[in-house]
Amino acid sequence: MSRWVISGLRQGVVTTCYPTRMETAKGTSPGLPARLTPMADEFGQELVDVCPTGAIHFERGEARVDYGRCIHCFRCSRSARYVLEWESGFEWARFASDGSNFVKGAASWPKAFRKSMHIRVVDAGDCGACLNEVKQLNNPYYNMHRLGFFITPTPRKADILLVVGPVNDHTRLPLQAAYDAMPTPKLVMAVGACALSGGVFGPSFVTGTGVKDVLPVDIEVPGSPPPPLAILHGLLVAAGRKPPMPGQDGR
Amino acid sequence: MLNLAGMAAEAEQNWPGLVQAWVDRRTPLCELRCPPSEILPEVVHWVVDELLFRFAGLIVEQEPQEWDLRYLFYSIQGPPRWARLRVRQPLDTPKFPSISPQVHAADWYEREAEDLYGVTFEGHPRLGDFVLHDDLWQEAVAPMRRDFDEKAALAERRPDLDWKFRRIVHDPGAFAMPVGPIYSGVTESVQFLLETVGEDVIRAFPRLFYKYRAIEKIAEGRNVDGCLLLAERFAATTAFAHALAYCQAVETICRVKLPPRAHALRVLVSELERFRHHVGVIHDICESTGLSVAASQAAILEEDLLRLSGDLTGHRYLFGLAIPGGLSRNLKDADCIDAVEMAVKILKRLQELDDGLRYSSSFLDRLEGVGIISPGKAWEFGLVGPMGRASGLGGDLRKAQPYASYEHFEFDVPLESEGDGFARLRVLMAEAAQSVRILCQVPVRLEAGDVAVGVSLQSGRALGWVEAPRGATFHGLHLDESGVVLRYRMITPSFVNWHGFHLAAENFAFQDFPIILATVGLSATENDR
Ligand code: SF4
Repeated sequence: MSRWVISGLRQGVVTTCYPTRMETAKGTSPGLPARLTPMADEFGQELVDVCPTGAIHFERGEARVDYGRCIHCFRCSRSARYVLEWESGFEWARFASDGSNFVKGAASWPKAFRKSMHIRVVDAGDCGACLNEVKQLNNPYYNMHRLGFFITPTPRKADILLVVGPVNDHTRLPLQAAYDAMPTPKLVMAVGACALSGGVFGPSFVTGTGVKDVLPVDIEVPGSPPPPLAILHGLLVAAGRKPPMPGQDGR
Repeated sequence: MLNLAGMAAEAEQNWPGLVQAWVDRRTPLCELRCPPSEILPEVVHWVVDELLFRFAGLIVEQEPQEWDLRYLFYSIQGPPRWARLRVRQPLDTPKFPSISPQVHAADWYEREAEDLYGVTFEGHPRLGDFVLHDDLWQEAVAPMRRDFDEKAALAERRPDLDWKFRRIVHDPGAFAMPVGPIYSGVTESVQFLLETVGEDVIRAFPRLFYKYRAIEKIAEGRNVDGCLLLAERFAATTAFAHALAYCQAVETICRVKLPPRAHALRVLVSELERFRHHVGVIHDICESTGLSVAASQAAILEEDLLRLSGDLTGHRYLFGLAIPGGLSRNLKDADCIDAVEMAVKILKRLQELDDGLRYSSSFLDRLEGVGIISPGKAWEFGLVGPMGRASGLGGDLRKAQPYASYEHFEFDVPLESEGDGFARLRVLMAEAAQSVRILCQVPVRLEAGDVAVGVSLQSGRALGWVEAPRGATFHGLHLDESGVVLRYRMITPSFVNWHGFHLAAENFAFQDFPIILATVGLSATENDR
């Protein structure tokens, strides 16, 4: 056993400096296209057509990207005549548009979660990538325990429900049951483009348009999948320790 | 072994007037047209047990006038080739003989077709409740039919409220524990029924398809580009492998010849994905045994590989890279060389971790002899990928049916025979090393030039195949003249291997369950689609 102690010590500390400072290591985020780009009408229309999820809108000479719908397919940066700039970064989390009572201001945001928050993760038909990124939050690079975030196996001890996937027919009832079993006050965080909008899967006869169809959502984390740092940002926003992405606020 | 022409002749001679055969030299493939009668199981028996082809899967298609069933088989020894059994039936007679008694691996394929198309297989012991859960949908709903009316189906739902898990153990005092679909920490939605009489669990049977998103249905009517997104994103921890299989199907239909650079880069990215996937499973295995330092170290390696993938290709899960005709962006030679060097370093650290694990008796005790699948059972269930190879069942599409430019690369296919958790870990470790061995050969094969060619869409049918990290995957595609998808079929390794999962979960101690689950490394999303 001492072998593992020694090799563990030799490993040293790899944990990210986020949220104290921004993480700048390569490959930690897939990035997103620039949110606002002025351009000529013909190029703008072409971009609208090239985007498979309807994330790009073109109005008054500006191409605007809705991060909640973007799936990093890179079509707007690789297969159009006038391509969008790509932006790094990961602080994408926002309050849900048309969301819960907390978001609407009808109830005050729970303060109890500022120091520590227990998370129940529910897979509502995800493709495996979002779930894998959630799993990375426990690895030494991200080590979310240091921030007081813990994954709990039971919804009865959970403060926040973290949902990945578009919510398909077979997972709808289990998801609802997990939410109902949580004590109040409770928060819901939708993680990933599918959980926000149905992504490439919904709507269809077995898939809806995301978690908001079923539950009141508080926090949305765009990305497909959102990298671990983006999910961490979402948790910090939920705990009231970081502001959401400016300009994406649904309130 | 017969050549294809000989095979065609012998088939027509064995079943005169009943079986028609023809040979397609391009694939190369021998198609045998069989009547939907007791002849079919006989022909299947001949193809599998005498000619030693391996069952790849079943593709059902509803044509305007008839049902068209295609049973696919491929050679795993000798020159690469295929056998395809084709059976048709008028639309108003959706009945076929079951081949499951001859090829047990066909069991789930027939159940799936019955549930989604409403075609029955006579002689199959258990049809019904499978993909669409009967506690939510009545049995008569057949969503894959062309005339499926989704509004009516949703409006007229009649769930079976008395639905119960089917129990096998009926000892006095036996009880059953359902686990899932939401259980443990960060897990996919799957349910298990653990049946026990006290201490030990007698068997654990999975109930899958919680994640059914009807991918094959929603693909129909999309264009090639829209369907690519589904291929890539239905099972995203192995996104590149599936996107590649799909792209290869499109390229075969449209007769596209790729530049050598595209092939070499596809090999590079495929092996990077396999390496990352295997390290992820190794991490899960360490974690399931509670060996936290090792789990942390494996997790660091997995994150390093995700970052490497993200830095090299723009996306940590390699999204958006594979397109029909090549790759969506060129990778610089220097970046590829750096990536390979980095992969070599990561492998070295993985091997140090492996050395440590082999000296940790408490770790080995928990893997050795746990979750054994015998070679005979592996063969019967046709297990694929590392799970099959740990039980002595070879066959790797990169060797048996080479694609991209794998025929130019030197590598071995590791094989073990014990079939327990430790054997599966050893196979994963050895395959990771082989992936890096392939990666190291890529830079010298990077010819200058384009990474993509234009594709002019045509109508037709084709199969694309890839040895995905979890095993063989086959994507069947049928396009019309304007490039609209008429049928998209995904045959995945997790579908095949979940069928045999219960073999590894018999008579075990309850605390071993997470370990068994981790060592088989199966994906629910890849199975459920
Ligand atoms: S990356 Fe794809 S989904 Fe995102 S805005 Fe661009 S085209 Fe749309």
